[in-house]
Amino acid sequence: MAQRVVSIGSRSGLHARPAATFVQAASQASLPVTIAVDGKPPVAADSMLGVMTLGAGYGDQVTLTADGDRAEAVLEELAALLSKELDA
Amino acid sequence: MSPTSTTMTGHGVSPGLACAPLARMTPPVVTDPDEAPGDNPGHEVQRVRQALAAVAAQLSTIAAGGTAGAILEAGAAMASDPALVQAAAHHIGRGMPTAHSLSLAIDAYCAQLEEAGGYMAERAADLRDIRNRAVALLMDVPMPGIPRPGHPFILAAEDLSPADTAQLAGSDVVGLLTEKGGPTGHTAILARSLALPAVVGCPQAAALPDGTPVLLDGRAGTVEAHPSPQRRRQALEEARTRTQPRTKGPGRTADQHAVALLTNIGTPADALRAAQADNEGVGLFRTEFLFLDRREPPTLEEQIQAYSQVLTSFEGRTVTVRTLDAGSDKPLPFLQLPREDNPALGLRGLRTATLRPGILETQLKALVTAQRRTGARMRVMAPMVSTAEEAAHFAGLARSHGVQTVGIMIEVPSAALAADRLLQHVDFASIGTNDLAQYTLAADRTSHALSHLLDPWQPALLNLVAKVCGAAEALGRHVGVCGEAAADPLLAPVLAGLGVSSLSMAAPAVAAVRDALAQLALEQCRSLAAAVLDAAEPAAARATAQEMGEAFRAAAHDREGL
Repeated sequence: MAQRVVSIGSRSGLHARPAATFVQAASQASLPVTIAVDGKPPVAADSMLGVMTLGAGYGDQVTLTADGDRAEAVLEELAALLSKELDA
Repeated sequence: MSPTSTTMTGHGVSPGLACAPLARMTPPVVTDPDEAPGDNPGHEVQRVRQALAAVAAQLSTIAAGGTAGAILEAGAAMASDPALVQAAAHHIGRGMPTAHSLSLAIDAYCAQLEEAGGYMAERAADLRDIRNRAVALLMDVPMPGIPRPGHPFILAAEDLSPADTAQLAGSDVVGLLTEKGGPTGHTAILARSLALPAVVGCPQAAALPDGTPVLLDGRAGTVEAHPSPQRRRQALEEARTRTQPRTKGPGRTADQHAVALLTNIGTPADALRAAQADNEGVGLFRTEFLFLDRREPPTLEEQIQAYSQVLTSFEGRTVTVRTLDAGSDKPLPFLQLPREDNPALGLRGLRTATLRPGILETQLKALVTAQRRTGARMRVMAPMVSTAEEAAHFAGLARSHGVQTVGIMIEVPSAALAADRLLQHVDFASIGTNDLAQYTLAADRTSHALSHLLDPWQPALLNLVAKVCGAAEALGRHVGVCGEAAADPLLAPVLAGLGVSSLSMAAPAVAAVRDALAQLALEQCRSLAAAVLDAAEPAAARATAQEMGEAFRAAAHDREGL
């Protein structure tokens, strides 16, 4: 099982457009990925509603988890996306 | 006998008066838990999936273009969420009818969003809109939405979704009234961008039947049902004078004292619209709006092109450019500013230049090159200047790049208090009343609960304006005002009386301000200003200005009659 911890790079937080961009990328991944905020149960990364209700703000740390062949590579890509400013 | 007039209140979120019969949104269907369930659960789940996909496609189509784009894109992503299909499939699996299963699934998510509060709670309205659309498809009933009564109307609704509001442009809507919603909701934002008077968060509006004549005041936040004929005339009069200015050309008091009427622009589209209107140029060109979406700093050549375009469209008029005004609340990703706990008090405006000096220098180079290419009349000013050293530093830098007319914004109380020292270094000042109010009254501009403190008629704020004007007069400098205050026709003569020589506002506000100035002589403006500075609070200041203005106008009328 692979995991990545990353800080949210979008100043508006993981809301609206940044969340939509992330969810879209996660839905295209070759294996299921979950995302969690400290102390809360993880949600499916391809669920817009799940991701929005995490309420992750700018600078907050989130944990991405996936299991499978290409898990490392997939998480690498999604983590890089989350660390960028997506509200543009 | 006609019904008596009743008045209710909500939050006024987009100014203006509108008077028209009320029309309600086509109400969404309520799903029935006792409807017969489909025969084949697998097939029913597939129907839900298709309905949601169709709604996502609708939202994406409406999202293409328009202010609501980002919100609707998020809506399309919510409608595409596989978790919704799964949750609906769960209810279908336990024998519930299809449409009702989807309602239950979505309502559970709405409850979660509402519990989270704030921004999330406002997204619950978007999600309900998705439910209503998908349910209408599943049940094959008309899509809920904007009514088309065939005459001007005030749109009433529980709340509006971004999809609804995006369809407002081009309809006969003259005002918006919602039972729910707050000042940061999309209804408020979109109403302002469409210049539609709007009142939100008015629960009593639910009791008004379709067709009720309503007078809505989007500034005061009041809604009058069955307004008296006199009030209706007043509203129509206001709407008429707003659209049909009595005066033309440069801003002048009754005795021909010049007060330049300028516009605020951000995007190239703003610039084009404003350039076609009757005004004397630009008092505030917010250059950061050209580069808000950028991760890489804009290149010199690219900036030259953007500025040249704006300068050319205002040929023969003055364009006042504000250098990049970024901050943690208005981030320019390419500046890579650190995260701050108090962005309003942090690295903003000119302060960012200490962190990234190269960006300001490139901008100045681009501005001067664009000015030379177009031969335009250009002035350049810096935002968020706090001290005389900062003013001197910016003026030195701008002049060394070849800027001929250099100015500063006065938005920080320290700059107003020490204006006599700051203005020695520059040619002009422009007072940004929105920020100056925020910092003087210590009231966050984004807080609705503090809006009374952000009133441009606050005596402390007007006293600072007077102080800046006094310092400027002694040094022979021009002072302008940009911000909410400049667009208030009642306040314009007061500002002129204080010594302000230009007013900059959104282009549609110019006509009413010009009319107001033309009715009073400079000496009368000065008496008005003196009386307003003495007022104890904003309401008294307004009342004083109103009464004195009327008395002066009545006297002028009498003289004409003789």
